[in-house]
Amino acid sequence: MSSEQEQIKKQQIENNAEPERTRDLGRVLNWRRIVGLSALASANFAISFWMGQQAYGWLPPQASSEAVLVDKLFSFMTAVGTFIFIGVTGTLLYSMIYQRAAKYDPTDGPPIEGNTKLEIVWTAVPIMLIIWIGTVSFQTYDQMSLLESFAPAVMQTVGTVPLDQKEAVPGDLEQGKQEPPIEVHSRQWSWEFRYPEQNVSSTELHIPVNQRARFKLTSDDVLHGFYVPAFRVKQDIIPGREIDFSFTPIREGRYRLRDSQYSGTYFASNQTNVVVESEEDYQRWLASAAATTPYAAENMAVKAEEGSINLGWATVQPAPAPMVNYTSSEEDSYE
Amino acid sequence: MSNATLEVKPDQQEPKQNLTPEPGAPENWRRVFTLSSYLKVIGIQYIVTAFIFFLFGGLLAMVMRGELITPEADLVDRTVYNGLFTMHGTIMLFMWTFPMLNGLANYLVPLQIGARDTAFPRINAIAFWLVPVFGVILVASFFIPGGPSQSGWWAYPPVSLQNPTGNLINGQALWLVAVALSGVSSILGAVNLVTTIFRMRAPGMTWFKMPAFCWTVLSAQMIQLIGLPALTAGAVMLLLDLTVGTSFFDPSRGGDPVLYQHFFWFYSHPAVYVIILPIFGVFSEVFPVYARKPLFGYKVVVVSSLLITLFSLVVWVHHMFASGTPGWMRMLFMFSTMAISIPTGIKVFAWVATVWGGKLRLTSGMLFALGGLTTFLFAGITGIMLASTPFDIHVNNTYFVVGHFHYVINGAVVMGFYAAIYHWFPKMTGRMYYEGLGKLHFALTFIGINMIFLPMHPLGLMGMPRRVASYDPEFAFYNVIASLGGFLLGVSTLPFILNMLSSWVRGEEAGDNPWRAIGLEWLVSSPPPHENFEEIPVIVSPPYGYGSDEPLVSNEPAGHPVGNPEGSTAEGALA
Repeated sequence: MSSEQEQIKKQQIENNAEPERTRDLGRVLNWRRIVGLSALASANFAISFWMGQQAYGWLPPQASSEAVLVDKLFSFMTAVGTFIFIGVTGTLLYSMIYQRAAKYDPTDGPPIEGNTKLEIVWTAVPIMLIIWIGTVSFQTYDQMSLLESFAPAVMQTVGTVPLDQKEAVPGDLEQGKQEPPIEVHSRQWSWEFRYPEQNVSSTELHIPVNQRARFKLTSDDVLHGFYVPAFRVKQDIIPGREIDFSFTPIREGRYRLRDSQYSGTYFASNQTNVVVESEEDYQRWLASAAATTPYAAENMAVKAEEGSINLGWATVQPAPAPMVNYTSSEEDSYE
Repeated sequence: MSNATLEVKPDQQEPKQNLTPEPGAPENWRRVFTLSSYLKVIGIQYIVTAFIFFLFGGLLAMVMRGELITPEADLVDRTVYNGLFTMHGTIMLFMWTFPMLNGLANYLVPLQIGARDTAFPRINAIAFWLVPVFGVILVASFFIPGGPSQSGWWAYPPVSLQNPTGNLINGQALWLVAVALSGVSSILGAVNLVTTIFRMRAPGMTWFKMPAFCWTVLSAQMIQLIGLPALTAGAVMLLLDLTVGTSFFDPSRGGDPVLYQHFFWFYSHPAVYVIILPIFGVFSEVFPVYARKPLFGYKVVVVSSLLITLFSLVVWVHHMFASGTPGWMRMLFMFSTMAISIPTGIKVFAWVATVWGGKLRLTSGMLFALGGLTTFLFAGITGIMLASTPFDIHVNNTYFVVGHFHYVINGAVVMGFYAAIYHWFPKMTGRMYYEGLGKLHFALTFIGINMIFLPMHPLGLMGMPRRVASYDPEFAFYNVIASLGGFLLGVSTLPFILNMLSSWVRGEEAGDNPWRAIGLEWLVSSPPPHENFEEIPVIVSPPYGYGSDEPLVSNEPAGHPVGNPEGSTAEGALA
């Protein structure tokens, strides 16, 4: 979305905010009023733009190409939302401060029952606005193509990827050197990541940077959710199904992976780390893990601390701990 | 209630209308505890019962906030925490908001449409008395072996089918029975209200002369009729899976857990509109009275309620954007969800235009309505963000959603309830409440709500999942603020309870129409006589005729203020 388009759209919202503050067309034509309202609208626009920029700071690090797309969308929606919020609450506050009835004034306000033009404007502007937000969201979702089958089958948005984009773009699969997807086994309450080609299992997810990471999500018992905030990606895992899921990490580091779909008693502790590393480090890690004999990892239920008020309410038996070649050594350090 | 004359305040030019007619039936507090089919008793029974459950659900929430004030799960055990959030959500929705709305609707709709009673008084009484029945079932699950349901108020299978106790009677089974009974109760209530609005309007009350509150009740109850059978069926199927081993939803026996999610959200998303629509109605009633202006764009506002009803039935998959749904479905429901913001936006703009240029009186009712509108606006904006699939995938099932949802339910709906109670309290009891306590209540509530629910948005953006008993230390800061806000919100109910109880017993006499409001309910005595109207009124004007002198009814009883007669006002309207 170019900034010019954004500007035009903002102005459309301003146009909406203006008539809302007036009830008499004759008084709108007063130039002082027009200047004053334009100044207010510009101030609102400036604050909204600033809020839109602030929005990036409320989110975790951008560790995937999907995160870049989602953050841009969120920043844009924050700016639009701020503009509307300030416009409406500002109007209400003005009324509350300056338009109060004098004590013991029994008269009524002006009997204005509506204004067709105004009502058409404030119906049409939101319609255009949501078509705009919806289109941007659609393009963003299409570019993310988390569930791979979606992108080729349904309407592809051609030419929405900027030509100068250097990072690996989702959906931009390098044919030929494709490895089989990493198998994600979720259980009550543990994570197991299985690399079928190397016959390696780990409780910590390792993926190479700047390559499309592909997964086959499975659950042995109940619903779980595969969620890495730094990647802005999430997918429920449905028992009895295999879900293909993919994204592209673009930043090396350790990030938190959380179970995002409520899975019973120890749901909150069902977390692990994701390590995004260079291709060489990744291969080195795979090789060293493959050389290790599998051993039983821990179930998170064992590690979770107890609360002091326990009423003896029931809980299900935790699943057996996964047999893995690797468990994380520094589990609590992540970005 | 006695009919003592009001003191004449020295500031007032003329003596007031102070002789309220004898109410048709003795107003006796004992009636509240009887098996009455008398609608206004049922209305108050609903409201009082619901409010008690509100306090209970709020207490559960405060224990949860106590747990979340530190990152570790140290106050209550995880099983207890999981039971608490399950019961908190269930009680707040099924035992507080729905009964509360039914109470308001039962009390106000017949008065506002000029009817003496609802269409099916006995069905109405059954619908009400099911509320304490399933309330007791729900609360009983705290005391059975294994404790209450711990699967969240969505009760998604397979977690809800795991039944760790192995007993036939377990918390989840009781929960499902209660939800199914709640569905039956709400369907019965909806049949009664929809029929009443269709068939029992007074002569002259055409659709476009009907008050906005009745329109929103009609729109909301139509959702109940269409959507509730799906949830009730889903609950019964889940109960069969759990108890007799059918396999509708159990994947280990070939069922489909995602199918349950469709059943559940097909109703439970529209349910939010069932709750919020009557609150929109309250806003539409309250703003004109205290701004002394007609409701701006009345026809568009009431028709947009019906549009919301229609749209609300085709948006449910937005709760499942991260679930087992294909891409095309996510995109389709993204657009339909965004479309619902159009009729909603029309209403918001119309309220702002109603308030604009008026002669505002910031009574407690008006403050709560304005506060509720502001929080609703905020929730609407985050709602459009959530409708956007790519962003929703990041914040789905995080605290961002919890914050958004509570801005709707606790922000707009609960504040809307308070606005309604303050606005109609003089009508229901014949007494005035204490304005100072009401304003204190508003200040505490408004600050508390923002303090607890605003920090949940950054928490969700940072990636804190909902329903966690423990969390990573990076989330601690905002959680401490939220917890303190939660406790403040708990405290905020105290001035309200004090105000209501003491005002009901010894508040000033309110008179028939203390707000100089226009509407049929303000033409009768306070509290209204047994069958509302001695003579059924004949309506000749649209509602909200502020600033015009047209009478609302052609056969108004002598001596009742209509339109804007000066001098026939009570103290509250001018203070």
